[in-house]
Amino acid sequence: MNLAEYAAENNLHRVGARPPLHAYLNEVWRRRLFIYSLSKFRIQAQHQRSRLGMAWIVINPLLETAIYGTIFGIILGSTRPPNFIEFLIVGLFIYDVISSSLTSGAKSITGNGALVQSLSFPRMVLPLASTVQEFLNFVPKLIVMVTIVAIFGSPPNIRWLLLLPLIALMVLFSTGLALIMARLTVHFTDLNKLLPFITRILFYTSGVFFAIETVFAGHKTIARLYEFQPFHEFLSLARNILIENTPVDTMFWLYASVWAVVTFAVGVWFFWSAEESYGRND
Amino acid sequence: MTERKPVVVVDHLDVDYKILATGRRATGDSKKLIRGTGRGMRTVNALKDISFTAYEGESVGVIGFNGSGKSTLMRAIVGLTPATRGAVYAASRPNMLGVGASLIGELSGEKNVMLGGLALGFTKGEIDDKYDDIVDFAGLRDFIDMPMRAYSSGMIARLKFSIATSRQHEILIVDEALSVGDREFRERSEERIRAIREAAGTIFLVSHSSSSILDTCTRCIWIDKGVLVMDGEPEEVVDAYKLFRRSIK
Repeated sequence: MNLAEYAAENNLHRVGARPPLHAYLNEVWRRRLFIYSLSKFRIQAQHQRSRLGMAWIVINPLLETAIYGTIFGIILGSTRPPNFIEFLIVGLFIYDVISSSLTSGAKSITGNGALVQSLSFPRMVLPLASTVQEFLNFVPKLIVMVTIVAIFGSPPNIRWLLLLPLIALMVLFSTGLALIMARLTVHFTDLNKLLPFITRILFYTSGVFFAIETVFAGHKTIARLYEFQPFHEFLSLARNILIENTPVDTMFWLYASVWAVVTFAVGVWFFWSAEESYGRND
Repeated sequence: MTERKPVVVVDHLDVDYKILATGRRATGDSKKLIRGTGRGMRTVNALKDISFTAYEGESVGVIGFNGSGKSTLMRAIVGLTPATRGAVYAASRPNMLGVGASLIGELSGEKNVMLGGLALGFTKGEIDDKYDDIVDFAGLRDFIDMPMRAYSSGMIARLKFSIATSRQHEILIVDEALSVGDREFRERSEERIRAIREAAGTIFLVSHSSSSILDTCTRCIWIDKGVLVMDGEPEEVVDAYKLFRRSIK
């Protein structure tokens, strides 16, 4: 009898074996308070030493809006979209939360080596906590964004409630991205170096500060392809909800939902299937 | 002879690390030291074909030099370092005493107790129950609302120890140098480790100190360069290890 058979006979289980998906997700769910506390405490820790504290969560994107607003407002000149301030602030804030989820998800395993090496818990806790952290940060930003739009643009109306399902889709989509990136950077460490370029390319191509429809008005195929670009879809839907005279193809709701659900499902499966390899030193 | 119940089975365990080596191989060739690039994937065989079975109620001491693979073996037993070949089987998930990496220096001791407890898998209710005990054992009642970065290194070590040892274990791994802090706390912590050891079913004790292994272990394993050299009575193994250590000096 070899040792494996001997172990099986005595009811021993292989240590570190990846549990089946549903058992794994149950275990993650049992750890939900850990996920929430980890993200909340990390936010508190981030701003502990700066005098303005939590205010930086809002000041940062506002400064960004001021800079991009000035630069692109001048460069784009007469081609800049109407309601430029609202257009830009919605674009920046919505883009920012998704792309930061992607970036911090990518670092959630590789950047927490010591934690992964010292305690055993389902590793999915870490990318989930990083996404929760980004969306907790997003709450005050959302309030500022809505306030600014209300001041400069249209008064609030009942349609603004559509933001809630939109944000739910964004959470699903961002979580999926974070889970996929978390595993990819474990296999390809160099991806972390590429990340700033990836997010910058997305930033400049997703219509954060220009209107895709206007810029690609003469290129039917490109405009058509853009209908399937998820960042563009989320931005357009948010603008459609908040800003007057920003029509959107209703099909975008469908496309965005498909993106969100599929990315999330793929992310969960993709991350879980490599669960056993996250503690590795290579 | 009564049938002993196995709780941990290590089955032909190999652990390899792939390291992106940016340094140069020590070849003794001084020219190569200057010109050589040496950059590339190197594989380090941290553990080679380790097999043994630990039974219920055993205290297994693990000895060996620095870098011999002791910690890797312990991490493989708790499942933190995946096996390259072979496997580890256990009756329940083995645990390592330790909590340090989950704590955040910017946060108060109070929040860190919460965070460390959650990282160990406690529920909110369990942490609330243990909270006073953890704080009092660490002797940090007066400082618990201050950020941890303001603590002295001894205070941080006490807090970590206190959180980590607040949990009961069936299969427990105790790494050396867990007794921390000043003399008074060291005595209390040693006492607590002893209590935990008695409550736990099976223990692995990693230590450089042969006296603590002789004191507490019923069995001893000696690892050198990733290979299991000897496995047997603590006295025999410790004697052989000492002899070996003297012979290579």
